[in-house]
Amino acid sequence: MELPILSVLIFLPAIAVIILPFLRTNAVVRWFTLIVLFVDFLIAVWLLVAFDTSTADMQFRESREWVPSLGIGYRLGIDGVSVWFIFLTALLGWICVLASWNSIKHRVKEFMASLLAIQSMMIGVFCALDVFLFYVLWEAMLIPMYLIIGIWGGKNRIYAAFKFFLFTLAGSLLFLIGILVLYFEGGRTFDMLALMAAEYSFKVQAGVFIAFLIAFAVKIPMVPFHTWLPDAHVQAPTAGSIILAGVLLKMGAYGFIRFSLPMLPDASQYFAPMMIALSALAIVYGGLLALAQTDIKKLVAYSSVSHMGFITLGLFTLNVNGMSGAVIQMFNHGITTGALFLFVGLIYERTHSREIPQYGGMIKAVPLFGILFATFLLSSMAVPGTNGFVGEILVLSGTFAVNGWAASAGVVGALIGAAYLLGIYRQVLLGPVKVPDDNKIWDLDNREILCAVPLLIFVFWMGLYPKSFLTILQPTLENLLLQLAVTGAGG
Amino acid sequence: MDMTLIAGSALASGPEIIVIIGACAALMISLLPNARQENLLASLSIIIIALAAGMSFALPESSQREYSGMFVVDSFSKYFKMVLYLATALTVLMSGKYLVKEGVVKGEYYVLLLFALVGTMIMVSGTDLLIIYVGIELQAISIYVLVGFLKADARSNEAALKYIILGAFSSGILLYGMSLFYGLSGTTNLDAIAEALFSPDFDNPMLLMATLFMLVGLLFKVGAVPFHMWVPDIYEGAPSPITAFMSVAAKAAAFAVILRIFLDELFVLSPIWLLGVSGIAILSMALGSLAALVQTNIKRMLAYSSIAHAGFLLLGLIAGGANGVASIMQYVVVFTFMNLGMFAIIILLNKGVKFGEPIESFAGLSKTHPMLALMTMIFLFSLAGIPPTGGFFVKFYVLLALIETGYIWLAVIAVLLSAVAAWFYLRIIMLMYVHEPSVKPDIHITLPMQIVLAVTVLGTVLTGIFPTWLLEAARSAALLGMG
Repeated sequence: MELPILSVLIFLPAIAVIILPFLRTNAVVRWFTLIVLFVDFLIAVWLLVAFDTSTADMQFRESREWVPSLGIGYRLGIDGVSVWFIFLTALLGWICVLASWNSIKHRVKEFMASLLAIQSMMIGVFCALDVFLFYVLWEAMLIPMYLIIGIWGGKNRIYAAFKFFLFTLAGSLLFLIGILVLYFEGGRTFDMLALMAAEYSFKVQAGVFIAFLIAFAVKIPMVPFHTWLPDAHVQAPTAGSIILAGVLLKMGAYGFIRFSLPMLPDASQYFAPMMIALSALAIVYGGLLALAQTDIKKLVAYSSVSHMGFITLGLFTLNVNGMSGAVIQMFNHGITTGALFLFVGLIYERTHSREIPQYGGMIKAVPLFGILFATFLLSSMAVPGTNGFVGEILVLSGTFAVNGWAASAGVVGALIGAAYLLGIYRQVLLGPVKVPDDNKIWDLDNREILCAVPLLIFVFWMGLYPKSFLTILQPTLENLLLQLAVTGAGG
Repeated sequence: MDMTLIAGSALASGPEIIVIIGACAALMISLLPNARQENLLASLSIIIIALAAGMSFALPESSQREYSGMFVVDSFSKYFKMVLYLATALTVLMSGKYLVKEGVVKGEYYVLLLFALVGTMIMVSGTDLLIIYVGIELQAISIYVLVGFLKADARSNEAALKYIILGAFSSGILLYGMSLFYGLSGTTNLDAIAEALFSPDFDNPMLLMATLFMLVGLLFKVGAVPFHMWVPDIYEGAPSPITAFMSVAAKAAAFAVILRIFLDELFVLSPIWLLGVSGIAILSMALGSLAALVQTNIKRMLAYSSIAHAGFLLLGLIAGGANGVASIMQYVVVFTFMNLGMFAIIILLNKGVKFGEPIESFAGLSKTHPMLALMTMIFLFSLAGIPPTGGFFVKFYVLLALIETGYIWLAVIAVLLSAVAAWFYLRIIMLMYVHEPSVKPDIHITLPMQIVLAVTVLGTVLTGIFPTWLLEAARSAALLGMG
């Protein structure tokens, strides 16, 4: 028998959680977690190398019985989209450990256990080919995230953790109802591929689409379900913010790719104009909200709302440009916003303030920090040569083919984005050196450079040679469009 | 009556007979002047329960009606009896320390608990309205006494009095409904009643009244809104192990009776009660979840939480069918694990009756007792229905049954209300993990308590991760028993 590589990837961190309580000192706990997550990352890299780009079928499939009488199975498999998110999750995993090396001082063991647990569940969500398995992991993920925000967060952490948990829970439960309706309509199975192959009447599709939409819209978050995000981000510790922005937000968009589009093609086409309108709204509104912030973490959080708008916009153009742009943008957002939260965390560790007007002249005081931070700001701004540009240009070109107004809104959103990101750039990095409360400030140490460099590599790799990403994505997306077109014409 | 018939009947009711004889023996032993009789009686109770469980297990699978059709041994009743044995055994194990701490070490405690067990066992096996009523009363009267067992505590006395008055009242309503059925059909046997109701010329408006009275009487026992007023006061006042017992065993037995009467034997009545029960289910979930938000006493909070859970269980009744019945049956098992586990923790944190059970007693538990805090967290997430715990799977299964029958809107309301309910479970988790402990609680986890915690935690987690075994047990019992 072949090695069940996806199970290894999922269960490696889970097993580490069980070992963790037996470790003695905090240093050992940190190193142990780092090594486990790094090994997990290496497996994910291997997965990417071994991935066969010539087919759109699910690869590395595993299937075991779980609750046979209800059609529930332990089914795993990945395609060109999920392989990237597994990679992203595994990459951010060990970076999170490094990012919280010194900043998490109490309950280190519990913190690292939460990180390991959430990594295991996140990878599981991206591997799952069984709707029940997907749902269990999707919702179980709330537990470690809730603890990360609630225990290690800022002053108002309890409120933020509750808000995060309850918003997401309410959304997820509607998702569950949608799943159960599909289960009975699609032949009493939770096998995702079988549910994709089944045909549903338009009435069922529309109802389920709305249920899914609410669940995913909370997670992404789309306007008007976004109010939990700034609270959660501002209060979460750096690692929590990175996971939240880097992976958790992507799950909503991933849900659209896995469920709404292939299973509910007619409803997706029917609701596409509405989705485009909502996305355009999110882009502009999120951008305007970001423009008004003085708290740097809140600003990045609202910029996420705007950037996630680009993703949903691209997905619902329902053409290959828009959709591949959306997937690339998902990956980019994970890298870039993850990096921005990392840097915000680094500033905060040094100065204990997040107020933008209190800073100035960082580039003079701490040049390496300043240059790297500037690079990530530019990448978030989608400057040509960075990853953001590739994603946004593909999304916009896809959108222009469908709806000129929405594309214009996207352009306006990008301009607003440039305004607030350049605002940070000017106020924090340029001008006379200014540090809040005369705190000592020091440049990046080796550990912090180690966190930033891998992210930096992807900023330019994606920006300069996106083809290596697109070749893996393309077959899957074309297959998805085929599903949409075929059933769309037939239904 | 023929000797072989009597012997057959006696054999079928063997488990009940074992427990009754055991209880009487325990009563005798409790009169002996012996310093260590406390442990002795507890161990004796466990042995009696184990014997009865073995007897139940040995009885044949096939449905067997005894005592001229008044008492049945089928896989449905066997399944519920196993739940009752489990709940009672765990209650006995968690009682010892509590009784010592409260200074009410008395032999009657275990005797009454065993009699309450017999009452619930008769309830799940009864196929005659009178037998069911006898079971309900035997169980209720034992519990009345047990609720007031803390003689020095005003809350306990008040709770006992309230429970007797309201319990008697509800029994009256139930009995009235039963007598109407007797008047309508000329018999108290469920089979015969069903036959009478099925006859084509049967048409009597009194049927509505009869159904409603019987249903109300039974819904009172499970504590569904609007018949829930007794639940918070009595849960708060009763000794914690007794609250635990009531919340799982008494409730499971009442649900077994409801299932047998309304989904099996007298299924023809369903058009009468379906709409009303839907309303009651929604009200129970809504009021239970919302009222729990503002409680400051943990037992009161769990009382409201169990009202909400009762509402969720009623959804399984509305769904009906094999999946509906099996979903309730699976739910009661998982609820037994998680709720008893939660009560075990409450008993461990108990500082004596005059301090009450404030929610703040959980503050900082993760600092002083990390393992206990972790277990509490598992129980709470399970009660909130978050995967991968058993509490999630059973809710999922109820929803599945509900949607199978087409009640999608009911399912939507149910899930939104359970999101509300998550709030108060999370509040305790935050207390444990974020707040600082006020004083280091003095906790000694005795061996019986360790067993209780191990069983309940493992039960809660394993039924969530590997639900198949329990699911198949519930399904086959539901199919064979209710076929």
